[in-house]
Amino acid sequence: MPHKTFLAFILPSLLAMLLFVALPIGSVVYQSLFIEHEQVMTEVETCGPFGCTTERKVDAAAMQELRDAQPAGRFNGLGTYFNSGHLAFDRIGQIWTRSETWGGFFNQVMNLPLYKALIFTLAYTFIVTPCVIVLGFFIALGVNAIPGLIKGPVIFFSLLPMIVTPLIGSLVLYWMIDSRGIIGAGLQALFNNPSLSLKASPTLTWITLFVYGIWHNAPFAFVVFYAGLQGVPQDTMESAMVDGASRWERIRFVTIPYLLPLATFVALMQLMDNFRVFEPIVGFSAEANATSLSYLIYSDLRGADTPLFASAAATSVLTTLGVIVLLTPVLIRTWRDFNRKA
Amino acid sequence: MTKMLLSTTAVLIGLAGAASAQCAIEGDGSVRILANDFQALHAVVSRAATCAGEGVEVTTNETTEHKDIQVAALSTSPAAYTIAVVANGSLVPLLNEGLVQPMDDLVAKYGQNLQDSQLIRVDGKIMAIAFMANSQMLHYRADLLDQNGIAVPATYEDVIAAAKTLEEKGVMKTPLYASFKPGWDLGEEFINMYMGSGEPFFEDGTAKPAIDNDAGVAALEMMKALKDNMGPDVMTYNSNEAQPYWENSEVAIMTGWGSRTAAFIDENGATPEIAKETKIAAMPSWGGHDIPATTLWWDGFALAKNISDEDAAASFQAMMYALSPDLVADPETAGLAAWLVNGYTPTPASEGVFANMKAGAKPYPMTPYMGMLHTALGDNLAEFMQGQETAEKALEDTVAAYTTAATEAGFIK
Repeated sequence: MPHKTFLAFILPSLLAMLLFVALPIGSVVYQSLFIEHEQVMTEVETCGPFGCTTERKVDAAAMQELRDAQPAGRFNGLGTYFNSGHLAFDRIGQIWTRSETWGGFFNQVMNLPLYKALIFTLAYTFIVTPCVIVLGFFIALGVNAIPGLIKGPVIFFSLLPMIVTPLIGSLVLYWMIDSRGIIGAGLQALFNNPSLSLKASPTLTWITLFVYGIWHNAPFAFVVFYAGLQGVPQDTMESAMVDGASRWERIRFVTIPYLLPLATFVALMQLMDNFRVFEPIVGFSAEANATSLSYLIYSDLRGADTPLFASAAATSVLTTLGVIVLLTPVLIRTWRDFNRKA
Repeated sequence: MTKMLLSTTAVLIGLAGAASAQCAIEGDGSVRILANDFQALHAVVSRAATCAGEGVEVTTNETTEHKDIQVAALSTSPAAYTIAVVANGSLVPLLNEGLVQPMDDLVAKYGQNLQDSQLIRVDGKIMAIAFMANSQMLHYRADLLDQNGIAVPATYEDVIAAAKTLEEKGVMKTPLYASFKPGWDLGEEFINMYMGSGEPFFEDGTAKPAIDNDAGVAALEMMKALKDNMGPDVMTYNSNEAQPYWENSEVAIMTGWGSRTAAFIDENGATPEIAKETKIAAMPSWGGHDIPATTLWWDGFALAKNISDEDAAASFQAMMYALSPDLVADPETAGLAAWLVNGYTPTPASEGVFANMKAGAKPYPMTPYMGMLHTALGDNLAEFMQGQETAEKALEDTVAAYTTAATEAGFIK
């Protein structure tokens, strides 16, 4: 293909990528380098139904002047990235000097907001993704084996967890695991422990979120694998049968190798999705025990009266870097496969 | 004959009353109201909406997300809303950005029905008009306390003792309820408790936090002691979820918002026998101080800056009509909140708010960085409450989170 034709083909999508991907990312990076101007404060008397108090107030007119002069705010360089809400190198240094054991050091670092969110995000990603792939694969095998008449309804019901909006799905489960809900009360009776609460213990909250994540995402893997199963070469399968391969051996040596590229695809999508885990944390009110990077961004933007754009932007950039690091091995693998075939 | 005459006169007076109660606005204009979404506000907003007519257009948006859109909505010119219904906390961002205008002239012209206590003056100028007060108050089951020989608790120490008695006598396993859900609720609980110590939140004249002290630790320890008498799911308790626990008789003493009390004492509700025995008192004090451990809140309205004078006048008049004594003449509306409007006589649901006021509770600070401290508290106290770290560590984490945010927002150098 001549370069010119190639360019004409690629130009629209290149423009769209520039407009909808590169520009926003660029603006987020730019935003993360600036913080709000120093506030000009005045002391005023405030009176209301509960009497008068002297309180400090922002001088809105003076602030407007500052903002007109420098609309982006005060340049802060990489300061936001290194403050104690993000990478917190200063605080890690302090913790290092005052902690005596590795365990103590680790515990205290994991108490810093970004690291606390990161550890949950990584745990969620690396536990949910493989479980989803394995579970989705077995559901696909199961559904593929059942007779045609009930196949349709079974596929529909297997897809339900994915059809339900994440927030609604997690709220439904949240009420079920309440200590007065069916699952919560059932577990209390089972373990004969009336103070057992899936919502209170950090470990149990994590497990609940993982289980929810697997429940919600398994249908995605199932659909992809089920579609793949329809194309498994029947002649190879039959010759394996003639050779006396058991069902398990046929799956192991025919189906799995055939579906492997699909597994890479599912892994790629799931890694990206799970790294952005957010809705279940809100739905399960799990903020106390589990926060994710996306949740940090949300709480910076919606937590206080004034959104902290720099903090949110810095966390976004760090999340993007995280996604790149996570996906690199999978992408390298795909690249190698591609080169081998070419 | 006399009777008939009397009733006819009554009807005529009634008609005249209804006629004079019509909303009449001088001049034309557009009234655009942004408000939070709960019953008492709805009563006000829907009255203002009846002012729509010749030359006057009224649109309303009642949403729980009002706080998140108000700054953007009032920044445009002309502003998307002429009236922002706010509370003492949510007025601050609007003041910070200079998005609301003083109402002194309009009050002089149209505000005959207003009482002086309703005027929110910042630096001498009327920046908002309050119409209802709100605060947490102590809800208790009078029957259960009576039967077990417990006096109405006046301090948190009494509350814990009462809970212990109820537990020991086998009446209830977890008799207490407070909104300890991490986030806004938990932050508010700490602020309320710390208020009861009378200590300041910030170092004088700066935005540096001052909660990292003995009073802060004691406030946290008190919250923990309360938590130990609450149900296993206490870390997800919030004010929305209190009612089922109360109606199921799982809780005997609860700290809850005055704006929700009406539902708890509603004898036409799901459990009239419990509603009948539900009584209200001022919030307890603690630690030998005699200040109720709570913050006082008001709800009111502010007038957007970027609007035409006609719209401003029409909007103000519509709100004045909404807040006239007729609002609280309807007993059902009167029972919804602790109204500050002219002609209101306190109802049982609002007793607690006035009791708090009388006992010397302080308003929630209108300091610009208070919201950031609130957020930091809400995010960092849960681990202490669950026994995973010490009170000192929790406060240290809070101060660190707050300092980071306040530095980024330009309040701390």
